[in-house]
Amino acid sequence: MIQTILDWARSPVGQFVLFTAVKVFVAFNIMMVIVAYIVLVERRVCAFMQDRIGPNRVGPLGLLQPAADAVKSFFKEEFTPAHVRKIYFLLAPAIALMPAILNLAVIPFGSKLGNQPMVLANLNVGILYTFGFVSLGVYSIALAGYAANSKFPFLGGIRASAQMISYEISMGMSVVPVFMLVGSLNLSDVIGYQAHGLFSWLVFKQPLAFAIFLVAAFAETNRTPFDLPEAEQELAGGYNIEYSSIKFALFFMGEYANITLVSAMMVTLFFGGWTLPVFGLDQPAATLAGGVAHILIFLAKVFIFLFGFIWIRWMWPRFRYDQLMDLGWRRFIPLALANIVVTAVILWLKS
Amino acid sequence: MIVKRKPLNFWERLYLPAMIGGFKVTIRHFTRTLFGGKAVTMQYPEEKWAVPPDYRGAPYLVRDQEGNTKCVSCQLCEFVCPPKAIKIIPPGPAGQLADRPNAEKMPAEFEINMLRCIFCGFCQEVCPEEAIFLLKDYSLTGTSRAEMIYDKEKLLALGGVHGGVQKWKHKLEEAKEQENFPVKV
Repeated sequence: MIQTILDWARSPVGQFVLFTAVKVFVAFNIMMVIVAYIVLVERRVCAFMQDRIGPNRVGPLGLLQPAADAVKSFFKEEFTPAHVRKIYFLLAPAIALMPAILNLAVIPFGSKLGNQPMVLANLNVGILYTFGFVSLGVYSIALAGYAANSKFPFLGGIRASAQMISYEISMGMSVVPVFMLVGSLNLSDVIGYQAHGLFSWLVFKQPLAFAIFLVAAFAETNRTPFDLPEAEQELAGGYNIEYSSIKFALFFMGEYANITLVSAMMVTLFFGGWTLPVFGLDQPAATLAGGVAHILIFLAKVFIFLFGFIWIRWMWPRFRYDQLMDLGWRRFIPLALANIVVTAVILWLKS
Repeated sequence: MIVKRKPLNFWERLYLPAMIGGFKVTIRHFTRTLFGGKAVTMQYPEEKWAVPPDYRGAPYLVRDQEGNTKCVSCQLCEFVCPPKAIKIIPPGPAGQLADRPNAEKMPAEFEINMLRCIFCGFCQEVCPEEAIFLLKDYSLTGTSRAEMIYDKEKLLALGGVHGGVQKWKHKLEEAKEQENFPVKV
């Protein structure tokens, strides 16, 4: 019996299953730690901007604050109002985290560690998979708004669904030129394309695509300046108003998981992923240390983006809803379309 | 009045000047707080604010310079107290005499319910013996209601020694002020 298991573990299939399981476990945990700590970073950064200090009591420099928050949200009363639609009310927070976690599977977060490629699923249709699951993100918010069965959450949910569907179009269109240049939908190939010096990074080749993707990413993740679904001043809280305890925390974590994921996607698509155009770090690592360095480079780039997300939230006021829709439909979609056409013409002339 | 809105030019409509302006403000505050230590936050239990001199905190009983009880159990403060937070039990005919000369009696028990007290300062104002003062304590805590009823020993201990008998001096000053009350310019 034990021999059979060991044989299976040494077989290619067994190796694949075991290593993937380990990678899934580690990647998921790293993502959750990032999500937990980015909340703390956000609270400290916004405090500094507002001449405050921020949470600094729990542990040294407040570093154990996420643990305290988790304990708090688990032990708070989980209140279900009598008027909610119960099944959707339970379902909405359950699927809030799902798109971000599922999308983690196709993000190449490193080159190689030993013989293992540092991507959970090297899909040939990586970006289609990503967009497929990103569009599922609207379900948790729309369902939460619907389940609450009262005015303001419903308004928040409606706003969210209109906003996310609108910006998904410009987001999807903005990355088309990227794949026209790369010639593949596989995210690992996108990184391979960018591994030839700093100016092979797609942000320099497709700045307009990056700009549109960046703004659409803010709208997709409901971050300021596009945080209309949870506009407290207008909606008394937004789609998550009836939620308490860990259910509320799940929406909160979902938001931060989404911005982590979108940051990772921007790094992969436009900023060379795990590559760095110095010290030969743009080729797949041969040694273990090189592999670790690539993962750290990737994480560092993601952190820069996360910091940008946080900074912008505390820097800008919210857009008005008509301005948001105007920007999405009348500015970005034509621009993204023009970008596709221009890229196509240039590629055609070159060939 | 109609405020004319100037149409934004292309540069302004790009949102970039607002972006740069916002970034300048936030980075200034961020660096000033993080590196300059200019946060306005007060780390409360460790740092405390300076209590102004005429602050009305918790009312406590005070002793004179010999450590004797100033209160003569006249019960004026009990009478004047709007929320009825003060309870005084006089010594009665067979009770203990005052522990200082020039006083007929002192309270057998003197309680202030700090949960009821509204820190109005009427007791201090009405006290003929200058025996009760609103001192500067503002953070009164306890784990039960019973704990928040301060008895005579506790009030005297918290109040401390408060100088000698000054009431005649103060009464003289008040009387002099009365004489030239309609202030002549």
